[in-house]
Amino acid sequence: MSTCTDNWAEVEAAAKLVLGEKVVAFILERRSQPHPESQLIAVLHRVQAEFGYLADAHLDAVAQLMQVPAAKVAGVASFYHFFRLKPRGRFMINVCLGTACYVKGAERVAQKIIEELGITWGETSKDRVFTLEGTRCLGTCGLAPVVMIDEQIHGELSPDQVPALLEKYLKKARE
Amino acid sequence: MAQKKKISLKIDDTPIQVDAGTTIMEAAEQLGIRIPRLCYHPDLSLAGSCRVCIVDVKGMGYYMTACSSQVWEGMEVQTNSPEIRQARRDIVELLLDNHNMDCQTCERDGHCELQNLAYAMGVRQRHFEGRRKRFPIEMSSQSVVRDSEKCVLCGRCVRVCAEIQGVCNLSQHGRGFETVVGPAHIANMDDSVCIQCGQCINVCPTAAFMEKRGSGPVWDALADPEMHVVVQTAPSIRAAIGEGFGMPAGTAATGQMVTALRRLGFDRVFDTDLGADMTIIEESHEFLTRLKEGPLPMITSCSPGWVSFMEKFYPELIPHASTCRSPMGMLSALAKTYYAERAGIDPKKVFMVAVMPCVAKKFEARRPEHFSPDGLPYTDAVLTTRELIWMIKCYGIDFARLPSGEFDAPLGLASGAGDIFGITGGVMEATLRAASELVTGKPAERLDYTEVRAVKGLRESYVAIGEHNIHLGVANGLTNAKLLLDRVKAGEKFHVIEVMACPGGCCGGGGQPYPPEGVKVLDSDWVFERGNALYSIDAKKELRKSYENPAVEEIYSSYLGGPGSQRAHELLHTHYHARTPRGIR
Repeated sequence: MSTCTDNWAEVEAAAKLVLGEKVVAFILERRSQPHPESQLIAVLHRVQAEFGYLADAHLDAVAQLMQVPAAKVAGVASFYHFFRLKPRGRFMINVCLGTACYVKGAERVAQKIIEELGITWGETSKDRVFTLEGTRCLGTCGLAPVVMIDEQIHGELSPDQVPALLEKYLKKARE
Repeated sequence: MAQKKKISLKIDDTPIQVDAGTTIMEAAEQLGIRIPRLCYHPDLSLAGSCRVCIVDVKGMGYYMTACSSQVWEGMEVQTNSPEIRQARRDIVELLLDNHNMDCQTCERDGHCELQNLAYAMGVRQRHFEGRRKRFPIEMSSQSVVRDSEKCVLCGRCVRVCAEIQGVCNLSQHGRGFETVVGPAHIANMDDSVCIQCGQCINVCPTAAFMEKRGSGPVWDALADPEMHVVVQTAPSIRAAIGEGFGMPAGTAATGQMVTALRRLGFDRVFDTDLGADMTIIEESHEFLTRLKEGPLPMITSCSPGWVSFMEKFYPELIPHASTCRSPMGMLSALAKTYYAERAGIDPKKVFMVAVMPCVAKKFEARRPEHFSPDGLPYTDAVLTTRELIWMIKCYGIDFARLPSGEFDAPLGLASGAGDIFGITGGVMEATLRAASELVTGKPAERLDYTEVRAVKGLRESYVAIGEHNIHLGVANGLTNAKLLLDRVKAGEKFHVIEVMACPGGCCGGGGQPYPPEGVKVLDSDWVFERGNALYSIDAKKELRKSYENPAVEEIYSSYLGGPGSQRAHELLHTHYHARTPRGIR
C-alpha cells in the first residue's frame, strides 16, 4: 500500500485518537483494495455507524488516512442526505411524509412532536435524546401515518398519542 | 501512429470532417463558430454544469451540451435557431436569477464573464426574480477573498485548484440551492490548505474569488506628506500592464509604467529586477556551497505560492529550498536599510509598495520573517498588476500617451537577467549565467539557455558548467512540480530545480490582467507573449549579467560586505517552516 506521504506514522496515530482502533483498521483494509478512492463512501458509512454522525475531525482523519483531499471528503459527506454532519440524539425519529401518510395526517403528528420536543426538522433535542427527520415513503402505507423511531415502526398514530410514545423512549434513555 | 478515424458531420448545414473523439464545441471552432460557454475551459476537465453551450442535434429529443458531447458519423448540429438562442438566454437568466446584480459596485465590473455573457445572449430584463443566496464575504486570507454570493457554481476554481495546482483545496459542499464552493468544512481560507496562488481568481468568471484589496493604505500613504513612498515593480508587470490599456499582449511598457507611477505620486520608482539580480548572486553562491556540501537539489524560492505549497505539502523538502528571500523581499529589505540610510530618511517614514503579478505576495509580505528585527514590515503594501491598472485609471492617467520614464537609482538599475525572472525558466537561466562564471572563474560564454525557455509545464535538461554536468528541472503549475518532486523523493539526482506556482510563471500569475473577451484565461500562448516581451527586454540590454550590475557591486562593496556575508544573510535570506493543515499530495 502506497502511503505517499512522509508522515504516515503520525497520520495513523492521530487518526486512531479521533476514530479509534477498530475504524482505523477498517479504513486501512479498505485502502488496500484496488481502487481505494472508490471506497470513500463505504468508509464514511462505517464512521457514521460508529459515531452517529461525521464531525469535521472525523472527516479530516478520513482524508489523511485515505490520502484523499479533505475538501473532497467534506464535499462528498455534505452532498448525501444520509450523512449527518451534526451529532444526533440517541433515538432517531423519522416521520414519514410520503403521500399516504401525509393524507392520513402525518403533518399534524409531526407538529405535535415539534411542540413536545421544542425542535424542528433536522434538529436534536437539548438532552440529546431525539433527532427529528422527515422521510419519504417507508413502504408501510397500510399503517399510515407512520413514525419510525430508530428501527421501530409506529403506525396509525394520532397527535394525542405522541406524548406517551415519546415518554416511552425517554424512559429508555434514563435507564 | 495510427491515423485517427475521421467523422463526417454537419454543423449549421456546413459539412466538416473531424477526428473521432472531437467534441461538438471543438468541431464548431474549426468552422469559426464560437458556441457560447461558461463552465468550459479547454485545459480543465469537463463539467457540463452551466448548460450555456447547448446545441440542437437532429433526432435528439433534447438540447445537448456542445462541450461534453462527442461527434458521431452523420450528426447534424444546429448551433443557432430562435429556439436555441431563447433557451440559452433563459439559462443565463436563470443563472442571474439569484445573483447579486450589483454590477456597478462590483470589482469585476467590465471584466466579468457573466456580465459579458448576459449581454451577448441578449438578456435585457429580469424575468425571474428568485431567492437570493446569502453568504458572508470570507476575508480571513491575506490574499484571496471568497464571496459565495457571486458564485455561479461553474466549478472552474475547483478544477484549477485540483488539476493545475494539485492543491485540491476547493470543493462544492452541500447540494441544490444551498451548494457553496469553499475549502473543507467551508473553513476560512486562512485555515485551509490554500497556498494563495490566486488561480481561482484568474479562472472565476465573476467576483466570487478576488484578491484582497491593497490600494487603500497606498492612497493614504501617497497623500501623506510625512511619508516617503517608494514603489517597486516585478519583472512581469512591464510585460502585462499595457493590456489594461488596450495594448496587445507582449507589449513591453516599462517606460510608461515608470512615468505613470511617478504621476501617481511615488517618490521613488525602484525595480524588483535589482532584487532579482541580488537573488541571483546570493542563490548562485548558495548553489556553489550546496554543490560541495549539499543538500541537493537546490529548489528556488521566489514564488510564494510554491513556498506555501512546500510548507503544507512537502515539508520534508524545506532543507532543499534556497534560503534566499524573493526579489521583492530583498529589494524591500534594502530599501528600508541601505537606501533609507543613504538617503538620510527614517526607515519608519519609508512606505514600500510592491506591484506584483501575484496575490501570494500579499501573504509573503505579512510573514514575520519579512519584518525587520524591530518589527517594521519591509514591504508595507502589495498591489497586483490589476490593482495598479485600476489606480492609474482612477487617477485619470492616459497610459498609452505617457512619455517614457526611467527607474530611480540606486535600486532601479537591473540587468537583463533580472527581467527574465518573470517567466518560467527565467530564474534558472539567470542562475546559469551567474553560476557558470562562478564555477569556472571565467566570463560566461553563453548567455542564452533556450532549453529552459518555453511555457510548457515541465522541462529538464543537462547543462555543463565547468566539470559539472548539471541536471536541472523547471516546473510551473504545481501539478507539474509534484511530478518533479516525487522523482526527487524517489532518489533521482537533480542539482537545481526551479518551481513557479503559476502556469507560465509570474507572467501567468494570479494578479495579472484578465484576458480580453474571447481569449481564454490561462492561455499559454498569451502568457508566452508576455514572456517574449521580457526576453526581448533582456536581449536589448547591454547589461545582461547580474554580476556586472554596478548597483549590485556598490551595494555589496559599500554596505553588505560581499555575497554570503553576515549582513547579507540578515537582509537577504529567510527560513521556512511546516504549516498546517497538512495537504494531501
